[in-house]
Amino acid sequence: MAYMFFGYFAGIIAITAILVVALRNPVYSALSLLVMFFHVAGLYITLHAEFLAAVQVIIYGGAILVLYLFVVMLLNVNRDDRYHSQWRVAAFVCIPLSIEFLVLLSGGIGSAHRAPASLSVEPYISNNTLAIGKMLFSTYLFPFEVASLILLVAMIGAIVLAKRDIGENNAKHMTRAPGAR
Amino acid sequence: MSEFGLRLAISLTQIAAVMGIVVITVLLLTLAERKVLGWMQDRMGPMEVGPYGILQPFADAIKLFFKEDIVPAGANKFLFTMAPVLCLIPAFIGFAVIPWGPNWTLEIGGITVKPFVISDINIGILYILAFASIGAYGIILGGWASNSKYSLLGGLRSAAQIISYELNVGLSIIGVVILTGSLSLVTITDAQAGWFWNWFIFALPAPQIFVFVVYVISSVAETNRVPFDLPEAESELVAGFFTEYSGLRFAFFFLAEYANMVLVSCVAAALFLGGWNAPYPGTILELLGMPSLAWVENTMWFAAKTYSLLFLFFWLRATLPRLRYDQLMKFGWKVLLPIALANIVVTSIAVFIAQHMK
Repeated sequence: MAYMFFGYFAGIIAITAILVVALRNPVYSALSLLVMFFHVAGLYITLHAEFLAAVQVIIYGGAILVLYLFVVMLLNVNRDDRYHSQWRVAAFVCIPLSIEFLVLLSGGIGSAHRAPASLSVEPYISNNTLAIGKMLFSTYLFPFEVASLILLVAMIGAIVLAKRDIGENNAKHMTRAPGAR
Repeated sequence: MSEFGLRLAISLTQIAAVMGIVVITVLLLTLAERKVLGWMQDRMGPMEVGPYGILQPFADAIKLFFKEDIVPAGANKFLFTMAPVLCLIPAFIGFAVIPWGPNWTLEIGGITVKPFVISDINIGILYILAFASIGAYGIILGGWASNSKYSLLGGLRSAAQIISYELNVGLSIIGVVILTGSLSLVTITDAQAGWFWNWFIFALPAPQIFVFVVYVISSVAETNRVPFDLPEAESELVAGFFTEYSGLRFAFFFLAEYANMVLVSCVAAALFLGGWNAPYPGTILELLGMPSLAWVENTMWFAAKTYSLLFLFFWLRATLPRLRYDQLMKFGWKVLLPIALANIVVTSIAVFIAQHMK
C-alpha cells in the first residue's frame, strides 16, 4: 500500500516537473508546478510529516506560486520570444546534476543498510509539529536565524529597488537619491 | 472487508451530512442576505416566490441551472472550465476538520465512530489555511482565462488581496495555537470548555479579542465581501473576475463565495468563541436528565455562533462603502499586520509568565 502511494506521488511529481519546463504556455507551467507541490505534500503525508505537508501547500502553493502567476499574467509574455537555445548553460547545469545523480544511485545501495535506524524516530511521529519546533530552536537554531536574516536582507533589497524611482522623482534637487549608488 | 465497507459507508454518510448542511446553509444565506439587506434598507426583500419569498433560493437555482452556458471567444477553454471547480473544491473541503459537536464516540457494528468530528487531523487549522490559499487559484485563473480586461484586473486584484489578508488570518490564529499548544481544532475547542470567560476571545492569561477583530476583518477581505469586494467591484470592473461567466459556472463561483463565508465563520466560532461549548459549564439538557440529547444543545450553540458571525457579514455589507485599493493594502499591511504580530509577542510572554507562576 505504502509503495503504491509512493509510486503514484513519485510518478506524478516526475511528470509534472518535466511539464513545468516543457510546456510552452507559462500559465500551464505554473499550474503543473502547483500539481507538483501538491504531490510533494502528499509524499510528506505518507512520511507522517503533516506539518511539512501543510506548510508546503501554504507557502509554495498558496503564496510563492500565486506571485509567479501574478507576474506571468501581468507581463503577458509572448510565447515565442522567450525561447532561444541555451545549450551551454544547459550542459553547465546538467553535467554536475547527472554526476550527482549517479553518485547518489551508487551510494544508495550502501545506505540501504541504515534504513532500520529510522525506526528510532518513531516516537516523534505522534507529534511531528512539536518535533520540528524543538529541532529548529535547539539543534538548528543558528541556520534558522541565518535563513531569516537572509530573507530580511532580500526584503530590504526589494524595497530599495522598488522605491528607487519614486525617490528620484520626488527629490530631483537632491544630488543623489537614497539607495541609488 | 465488510469492516472496511462499513467504515467507508459511515464516512460517506458523515461527508454527505456535512455537505448537505453546508449547501442548505448556503441556500438559506442567499435568501437571508437579500432579506436582511432589504430590512436594513427599509425594503421588503424578495417577496414573489412562495410566502414571504422563502422559495427564492430555489427559483435562483433553477434559473442558474437553465441559463445558457457561454464561453467567450478567445477564452482558454480548459482553464475557463477548471477555474470554478478549483474555486469550489477548496471551499468545501475545509469543512472536514470542523468539530460540529462534542468529541463523542459511538459504537456501530464494532467500529468506534465520532459522529460530530469527521476527521481530527493534528494540523487541522493549517489544513484549512492550505486549502483556503488554493482557492485563490480559481479566482486568478478564472480572471485570466476569460480573455477580458475586466476579468483579468479583477483576478489580479484578488491575487494581491488574498495573499495580503491570508497572512493576517494566519498570524491572528497563532495566539490561539500558543494558548492551546495544538493545531487540532478538536483540541482547541475542548480547551475552551466551561464558562464563557474560558473562550479564547476572553481567556486569561492573554485575551485574544484584538486578533479576533483582525481575524474577522481579514476573513471578510479573504472572502471578497463588502467592504473589501474589490475583485468584483461592480462600479469599476462590471463584475470582476466572473464577468464572463454564466449559468452553472457562475453558480459555482457564487456557491464557493458563500461556502467560504460559512467556513471562516465556523473557524472563528471554533477558535475564538468556544466552538460547540455553551457559555455555561455542561448543558441544560444534561441537568434536566437527558444527557443523551446534550449534543443537540451543543450543536445548536455552534450553529448560533456561526450564524451570528454570518449576520455580521450582511450587516457590514449593508453599512460600509467599499474601500479604495490603496486603502485596502495600507490597512492590511500597516494596521492589521502589526496588531497580529504584537499579539503573538504579548501572548507568548503572557503564557510563559503564567506557566512559571504555577
